[in-house]
Amino acid sequence: MNSTLGKPDFLAHQEGDVVAVAVRDLEPGSIEGGYLRGSDSLALELRDQVPLGHKLALVDLDAGQDVIEYGLRVGVTTEKITRGSHVHTHNMRSARWQNSVA
Amino acid sequence: MAEQRGLTGYRRENGRVGIRNYTVILPVDDLSNAAAESVAHVIPGTLALPHAYGRLQFGPDLELTFQTLIGTGSNPNVASVVVIGIEPNWTNRIVEGIAKTGKKVEGFSIERNGDLKTIEKAARAAARFLQDDSEKQREPVEASEIMMSIKCGESDTSSGLGSCPTTAEVVDNWVDAGGTVLFGETSELTGGEHLIAARCINDDVRARFQSLYDDYIDVLDRTGANLLGSQPTQGNIRGGLSTIEEKAMGNIAKTGTKPVVGALESAEAPSSGPGLYFMDTSSAAAEAITLMAAGGAVVHLFPTGQGNVIGNPIEPVIKLTANPITAETMSEHMDQDCSGLLRRDYSLEEAGAQLMEITERTINGRLTCAETLGHREFVLTRLYQSA
Repeated sequence: MNSTLGKPDFLAHQEGDVVAVAVRDLEPGSIEGGYLRGSDSLALELRDQVPLGHKLALVDLDAGQDVIEYGLRVGVTTEKITRGSHVHTHNMRSARWQNSVA
Repeated sequence: MAEQRGLTGYRRENGRVGIRNYTVILPVDDLSNAAAESVAHVIPGTLALPHAYGRLQFGPDLELTFQTLIGTGSNPNVASVVVIGIEPNWTNRIVEGIAKTGKKVEGFSIERNGDLKTIEKAARAAARFLQDDSEKQREPVEASEIMMSIKCGESDTSSGLGSCPTTAEVVDNWVDAGGTVLFGETSELTGGEHLIAARCINDDVRARFQSLYDDYIDVLDRTGANLLGSQPTQGNIRGGLSTIEEKAMGNIAKTGTKPVVGALESAEAPSSGPGLYFMDTSSAAAEAITLMAAGGAVVHLFPTGQGNVIGNPIEPVIKLTANPITAETMSEHMDQDCSGLLRRDYSLEEAGAQLMEITERTINGRLTCAETLGHREFVLTRLYQSA
């Protein structure tokens, strides 16, 4: 594959996803990644520490907005989330089950 | 996807195709394990399938055990079967069920004989079967004749990013080639079950799927288990999964993109043509694969994150991981290391082509890691306690 990247810092499942997954433990600062399919490069400024396997926001999100991953809704935001922030149980929840612990 | 190489398999009396050629010694119940294992010891080269149940079961739970044992004996990877049970009635029922395939099967019961006489008679049959089976030859077969099953285990975020989408590449390819693929794990669909329902090919299949899924939720409710309140688990959350929907997506990612053409009960054989089928199964690996093999699947793809070591006695299990730590520390268990996907060393299409090649070589006879290490987990699913 003719990737324009070296080792990526994060990967997103599909174009249109608003979150991507850290593929190593990441510190705040400039990071680079891309989509699982294809070789496009994405760069952004990471605002938080994001551990391996955790999600980061690719775009600014309003409170109550759908969180799209795998091209599908995997939850909703519970607060405004800025691009480059860690996205997890502290700022998103299940869209289908209010009583889910997450 | 790479060019398909020539596939070979064993064509059975009913036309179905297997990729292994086992002479099986099948106990009907726990009491008959000792005799079955003795026969396999006296006649090396046969395969005993001991299990823990088969006494005082009743109703749908008993029917599921019968269907699983008959389905296992009927699997095209099995050339012939010697059945041993404590008494003749249930033993004959298993024998008659397997005999419908046209393959050689004989039953022996222990009551009024004792273990030693039973072992001698069963061993004489097993010796005859093994010699006859040794002459069965591989012949060219089509991908469309090979029934595949898929199930993942010990999942983590590397599963959703790497090993599950790699599996999906092969699943889509297999279905496009006219093949049949089974997936299951009813509990692990929770949060994404509406996506499977939406992929069902018509309203009948959708209603059947929804009914199987709802039955599972009812069982949870009756036992007071609060799955929805405990998912994702604390371990999942530590790994980065935030919601039950997100967890389901990783699981569903391995099923590819094709329509769901049927929804099967546990251990039920597909009967409405080729394509992708849902089977109602536990998400426990050994139970799920035992049920899928009983439904007729002859080769299994198993994506794993943290490293499940599962195998099955009659259905070869191919394992793959995208977790670089698992790939390094458990290399003897992993048929494919696709952790390079997380480093973008290669594309998903390339990882899929590699898994396709491994699958084809396995079909043609190459042993999987699980077969080499002797993993033969054969576990019956119980619906409720015995009488």
